[in-house]
Amino acid sequence: MSSTLDPTSSRVAADVADERLIQDRGLGGAVASGWARLRGGELGALPVVFGLAVISLVFYSQEATFLSSRNLVSITQFAAPIGVISLGIVLVLLLGEIDLSVGSVSGFAAASMAVLVVNKSQSLWVGMLVGILIGTAIGSVYALLYTRIGVPSFVFSLAGLLAFQGALLYVLGDQGTIVLPIDSGLREFARDRFLTDVQAYVLLAVVVAVYVGSQALAARRRRAAGLTPPNMALVAVKGVLLLAGLGFLTYYLGIDRGWGYLFVLFAALVVAMDLVLRKTRWGRHVYAVGGNEEAARRSGIKVGRIYFSVFAAASTFAALGGILLAGQLTSVSQSSGTTDTNLTAIAAAVIGGTSLFGGRGTAYSALLGIMVLQAIQNGLNLMNVDSSVRFMVTGAVLLLAVAIDSVSRRVRSSSGRG
Amino acid sequence: MSAMTQRVGSGPAQGEVVLSLAGVHKRFGAVQALTDVHLEVAAGEVVALVGDNGAGKSTLVKVISGVYSPDAGDIVFGGRMITVGGPAAAQALGIATVFQDLALCDNLDVVANLFLGQELRRGPVLDEIEMEKEAWRLLRTLSAKIPSVRIPIASLSGGQRQTVAIARALVGDPRVVLLDEPTAALGVAQTAEVLNLIERLRETGLGVILVSHNMADVQAVADRIVVLRLGRNAAEFRTEDATTEQLVAAITGASDNVVAARADRHRQADPTHPEAEL
Repeated sequence: MSSTLDPTSSRVAADVADERLIQDRGLGGAVASGWARLRGGELGALPVVFGLAVISLVFYSQEATFLSSRNLVSITQFAAPIGVISLGIVLVLLLGEIDLSVGSVSGFAAASMAVLVVNKSQSLWVGMLVGILIGTAIGSVYALLYTRIGVPSFVFSLAGLLAFQGALLYVLGDQGTIVLPIDSGLREFARDRFLTDVQAYVLLAVVVAVYVGSQALAARRRRAAGLTPPNMALVAVKGVLLLAGLGFLTYYLGIDRGWGYLFVLFAALVVAMDLVLRKTRWGRHVYAVGGNEEAARRSGIKVGRIYFSVFAAASTFAALGGILLAGQLTSVSQSSGTTDTNLTAIAAAVIGGTSLFGGRGTAYSALLGIMVLQAIQNGLNLMNVDSSVRFMVTGAVLLLAVAIDSVSRRVRSSSGRG
Repeated sequence: MSAMTQRVGSGPAQGEVVLSLAGVHKRFGAVQALTDVHLEVAAGEVVALVGDNGAGKSTLVKVISGVYSPDAGDIVFGGRMITVGGPAAAQALGIATVFQDLALCDNLDVVANLFLGQELRRGPVLDEIEMEKEAWRLLRTLSAKIPSVRIPIASLSGGQRQTVAIARALVGDPRVVLLDEPTAALGVAQTAEVLNLIERLRETGLGVILVSHNMADVQAVADRIVVLRLGRNAAEFRTEDATTEQLVAAITGASDNVVAARADRHRQADPTHPEAEL
């Protein structure tokens, strides 16, 4: 007697049985529902991608070398270390908190690594491990301050901003600058190592195959479970676009040096973070705590542990980013990780589309945001514009990004998309 | 009959008492919030808990849901004496609570909210497909009107949110559901929807404890009405025997009013009258 009313056994897939649901079939339907989402204020990555295109065209019209293979390679390479720091900021913002000290932490971690490797002649691995663990330790202390004592994140990270800048100066002592040895593996990794063409195309093929394969697998499981499978035509189109887009980029960057190891590491971290946020229980809980902490707590989520892991991860990313930056710049100095690094990392996350109010954003916002900022910096440098203008332009872009976020938030709430 | 009925059917038989409290005392400093309170709920029964502000309803709900532990008193659940260690322990025992403010995450979709804190996994990865399937099953057994389980909670109406909150209470396969003011912020149509939902819970053999201020709602769905006043059991009615006047009198404790005087006369004349139970 249960079979007739069992929702999963009916012929219509369970998730489309409600007649009020507007259903979009085929590719046309996918386009239509995408358009409806945009009008409803769910802009996703669109403003950033659009902005990036505008920025590219403007700089290209002023200075044709902007879109040269060589310049694009250098943009990707310089974007990577701060992008790694920005990835940590995305996590903190997802909880609706802020970490103003990532720059100082990155500088302090890099300086500790450099002192160990150069002055104390430890191996590079030991130096890097200690540097990264310093980041983790700092984040853990932040988390304790937040969860046990209730210090607002704005305050303890502002304190950290000052304190770890001091720690950087202290560790460097009267040396001022420590130059990493020329044969240092870190320097080589961050500056001179690039994927060969074969490696790049193989990696590309693997990425696209995994994407399409996982979608096809999900489609089979969904059909077996009596739910509508994802639109395979759309998946195919996305797969082809992904293949074509990344393929073209790989070809174009390959004219010069190609994809740097540094950027590939950053991109891998972004993809990994995205998967962890979307597909694991921990990621789900991060979004839940950022959306409604009280609801998360009542659902039995250990809210304190989420805060702990996020603050620790953010500072760890900061330390890693600082070490990579040191490798790229070949040295650590008293100005490592000062205001510029800090604000660029935070601005990148926000420009990329992570909301300042918590619960909304993706790992990809770190990638997109840092590309925008790096493109602006690079373009203005090419045009020999003074750094004073660069700061003003960056400020304006940040303001624009937050304004777009606020407007789309309002549209979302009036069209019922939260 | 739906799958849920079968599942619950393997539990207590219809009409068997699943949860009973006796002699519950709870004191906060100088305030005696609950004094010798008793309450019973059977499988497939809706018991309404009514009372004025400060009558002890919320305290009693929190005692049952494990937020407070009582100073004295016995809680018998499914024939066994239990102590509820906390909200999670209550949930694990099979006592689910839907709090007044629902506690949903606006930024997450319906599936994510239904399974929040008890997500299904395949290895380390969330099993979205199984959760979505189970979500539809739960919503269908409640005959719930939710257009899609993949839209954020923010885009649902008040009644639909209440539906999601109630459906979430059912994820852990409970035997008793506590609903704290489920219709407080809802319009007429949405209230009716939630009342339907409560009846559906009863049909599936769950014990339902409904806390409400709204006499009309209570009289519409409850089988029995328990009145608390100043932390004590003030009265208990079978719904079909109780008039609104009698309820109001019991809630306000206006024992010298006209309604009470009439009840007194009835009590002397007819010992089977509901008020004679007191």
